[in-house]
Formats: sequence, structure tokens, C-alpha cells
Amino acid sequence: MRSFEMEQKTTRDAFGAAVYDLAKEDPSIIALGADTTNNLGMGPMSQEIPKRVINVGIAEQNMMGIAAGLAASGYRVFAGSFAPFVAMRSLEQFRTFICYPHLNVKVAGGMGGLSASNEGVTHQCPEDFTIMRSIPGNVVVYPADTASCKVIVRELNKHDGPAYIRLGKLPFRKVFDENYHFELGKANLLEEGTDATIFCNGTTVSRSLQAFDVLREEGISVRVMEMPCIKPLDEEAVLNAAEETGAIVTVEEATILGALGGAVAEVLGENHPTIMKRVGLNDCFGESGELEELMDKYGISVESIVSAVKSVIARKR
Amino acid sequence: MENELKRLKKIAIQIRRDIIETASFGKGGAIHVGPALSSADIVTALYFKIMHVDPSNPNWEDRDRFILSKGHAYAVLYSALAEKGFFPREELMTARALNSRLQGHPVLGKTPGVDMVSGSLGNGLSCGVGIATALKMQCRHARVYVMLGDGEIQEGMVWEAAMYAGNHGLDNLTAIVDYNHFQSCGAENEIMPLYPLADKWRAFGWQVMEMNGHDMADIVRGLSMAKEFAGRPVCVIAHTVKGKGISFIEHNNKWHVGRCTMDQHTQAMKELDEQETAVEAGLM
Repeated sequence: MRSFEMEQKTTRDAFGAAVYDLAKEDPSIIALGADTTNNLGMGPMSQEIPKRVINVGIAEQNMMGIAAGLAASGYRVFAGSFAPFVAMRSLEQFRTFICYPHLNVKVAGGMGGLSASNEGVTHQCPEDFTIMRSIPGNVVVYPADTASCKVIVRELNKHDGPAYIRLGKLPFRKVFDENYHFELGKANLLEEGTDATIFCNGTTVSRSLQAFDVLREEGISVRVMEMPCIKPLDEEAVLNAAEETGAIVTVEEATILGALGGAVAEVLGENHPTIMKRVGLNDCFGESGELEELMDKYGISVESIVSAVKSVIARKR
Repeated sequence: MENELKRLKKIAIQIRRDIIETASFGKGGAIHVGPALSSADIVTALYFKIMHVDPSNPNWEDRDRFILSKGHAYAVLYSALAEKGFFPREELMTARALNSRLQGHPVLGKTPGVDMVSGSLGNGLSCGVGIATALKMQCRHARVYVMLGDGEIQEGMVWEAAMYAGNHGLDNLTAIVDYNHFQSCGAENEIMPLYPLADKWRAFGWQVMEMNGHDMADIVRGLSMAKEFAGRPVCVIAHTVKGKGISFIEHNNKWHVGRCTMDQHTQAMKELDEQETAVEAGLM
């Protein structure tokens, strides 16, 4: 089974650095935080071009309103706070004042999923995908590591309209390098296989690849696809996987209700009913602990993925 | 100035006629009549005297912006925009009905002249702060006007925005509170009083002015004066009467949302005609 080294930097650092790089080339880019500018890697940018990094104080709703006003006046805004606060507390402002008029505001949710780890449930947000993908016109993405995060931020900036990008808290395991390819609404094939397909993203990519190795040892051939975009979803990749491998497992550090697994199930149910299993947080709250401990405890372990793949293959026969 | 005031008063009467027409014959059913009438004089002064806007170029980057944060008073905004020439007056009758550009509450990008989504209460001032910040960064001299309902400022987010604007000295931002003392369920003083309202805004770093929101001379004077304070945003507390201008609607909170019968329409139009005659004669 392959191993993945822990990164030195976080996806939050990568996000802030990528926004800063864009801002150097484009004077219309503004960064906003709700006492979270340093937490979202915007520190260097605020040192160098302080006028273009606005810390609104601990006021997420006001931040969204200000972001709407700036975007309506021609700015491209990257705003962020922690996932539970932007995906829930200021959700209405994001939905009504940013997404409805389809303004250019990209919102980052730091500490998404379970990554707030020892901060506990108040700061965790495994619901963010589900909530954010229900808003018309919104884009929802989850980078797996720092290298892919930088590429994704750069590509997202080319998209006119709102987006939600989930970030972690502490460093993730390194999966990709600077050659990472991102296309909005497209999955990335990581391993080819014929018996089943795993769709994963973010922190579950490394675990899914490890599950691939375990299964290969046992003679099971699994396709592994990274699905960085929960919305728009790569429906073609889902349907091809259904047709070609006949069984699907989704793996995510999120609730299994309505997130990546839910999105895949919707596509399959309507177009190509296929045996599938959702691996994720099973409709429960987390608790304090290290991220990887939490993923193990709450059913997102390599063993859980392996067992889910075996179960769908068994049901297929 | 006398003639100028007369002109503005007549426009305000015409806007009230539009509101009553919409409340009587609009395809969208009942509308928020009282909240629209209470801000009619101020909105008239803004669009026909104070603000620089261009109906032939609604997205003109140097225009002054208006956010009707109390978006349920959409009828006054739509009427003012129609009278100003942003879209044909006949379109007012489509407000709130299917396939209309005039949505149940104002929408940026859908209606020419509307500068921001509004209607979900408590949000407009933050959006105004964002626009005012953008205008300053772009070195534009345009100003931002945000009209807040008095009940609306019970929302906490208003005070997040107020704190921001005060601390950042956004002197291109004017908040106008339509202080008519009623909210949907009844009298504000019985539900959640706002006293001391002026002190609250002052405490957040705002220059506060008060005016009679139905005295056109006072409104024009007040809003002109509000442009003159450097270094601080201005809050204009406008004392108003909910339903102002129509005897059976004034102070009657049953008209927060309503539909006029034919008799009520006739009565309202008669009153507005009399007001116009009085204005012409210099008696009002």
C-alpha cells in the first residue's frame, strides 16, 4: 500500500497565496475575511497590498453583503471564513445577494468537513457540500492538497459567478504536483479499473488510492476518480463508470446526505440505476480529535472504503 | 426654489397615484401599500433632485446608487424608476406577476435601474457599504443611499454594517431610516422599540440628522446637507407616516399589505387630485 507524506503547508495557505498571485496581475481582485484573513493565508497579501485585503471583523453576514456590493461595482472578490460560518451563518446573504444576481464572489470555507478536528463540532462542517450545492448557479469544489488548490483557485477565477471552495485546517497529505489539471465540472482519472469505481475528493483521495492498492493485492480492479467539483458534477464520468464498471462507491469527508454521494446517486437513479454505496459521515455529528482519527472513527477509513467496494461488487453478482 | 419644490411635490403625487393604481389593478395582487407611501416623498427627492442617474445608461459607473433595503416598499421604487424613464410606466401593472421584470422584491440585473437585490430585511446597508467602499477605491465621487425601514433595523446585521461604515469613515454613504413606527405585526413601540434611535447611530460613529420625511423642502435641504459631512457616514432619520397621503391608509397598519377596491381607488385618486390642486395653488 502506497503512503503519502504530510504537507508542510495547508490548503488555506495555498488559497491565500493563489489569490495573492492573481491579485498581482489583476487590480480588480479583492480579498475579504471576517477576522480570518490571516487564517486563510491572506497574510502576505495584506502585508504587501493592504488596501486590497479587507478584514471586516467578526461579522460574516456583513462580509457577504460587502462582497456583493464590491462585486456589483466591478471587483472580483475572494471572501472567506470558516466553513460552518460561511456555509450556515451567512448562507442567506451568499445565496440571495451573491448567487441570485450571479456576482463574482468566490467564498472559501476554511475548516470544512471534519478538518476543524480538535476544535469540535462547533467549528466542523460536514454539511457544507450539501448546503452549497443546493444553490442555483453556485460552484462547489474541494481541493485535495496545496498543489491542486493553487491550480483550482487560478481556474476558478476565470469563471464568472459565485463559487464555494472548501479548505482544511491543518496540512493534508500530498497527492498531486504542480502539473495537476483542473477543468470545471470534470473528474480526474487517477487509476483505471474494471470491477468498480471510486469517486473521491479532498482528504479521501489518498485513502481511496490506498484502498485501490489493498484491493489490487486481492485481485480486485478498481477505477479511482477524483471529483474535485461537487457542482457542476461530471455526469459523463459517473455514467461511464456505471456502464463500464457496474458498481460505484463515493468517498467523502462529508455527510452522506446530499453531498458528493447524493449528487452521484441522483445522476445514477435517473439515468442508469447502478449498485452504489456512499462512504462518509453517516448522518451524525463528529467530536474533537485529530482529523485522521475522526475519519477512521466515523467510517471514512481505508478499511471502510475497501469493504464498501467489496460489498458493491458482491451485490453486482 | 418654490417652483422646484412644486415640481417635486407633483412628482410625489404622481408616484402615489402609480402605487394606488398598482394596488388596485396590478396583475400581481395585493402589494405593500403603506410602506411604499411612507417613503414616497424621500424617494421622489432622491431620484428627481438629489441623485445623479441616467435612465438611458442604467449601469453608468459614476451614477449614484440607491438601495431600497426595505424592499417590500418596491412599489415606490418601481414607480420612481418608471416615472424617471428606466422602463415603460405600463410595466408597473406587471409587478409581482409571472414573467415580469418587476419581481416581488427588487432584483439587481432584472430591472433597469435597480442597484441591488433587496427585500430580505437587514441586508441593504452591508451591500451599500460594499458599493461605497468600491466607489472610494475607484476614486469615483458617486454616493450611495440606503433606505432602511425602521422595523428592519431590529436585524443585527444592520449594526454590523453600521459599525463598519462608522469605523471606516464612509462619507459617501447615506442611510435613511423611514421612521413610521409600524412594522408588519403592529406598532414598533409595542414589539421592539428603537429608542434612543439617533444616539444608537451616533454611538456607531455616524453623523445623524433628523427631518420631516414628508416636507419636501426639509427633505431636499436634509439630503443636500447630508452630502457635506467629510469623514463620517450620515444617517438621516426621516419622521414619516405609514400610508402617507391617503386618508384611509394613513396610520392604518392593515394597509401594510393590501388591495384597493374600486371605491377605495376612486377615493384615493380624488384625494391625490385635491392634493395636486393644493400644490398648484401653493397651499401645500
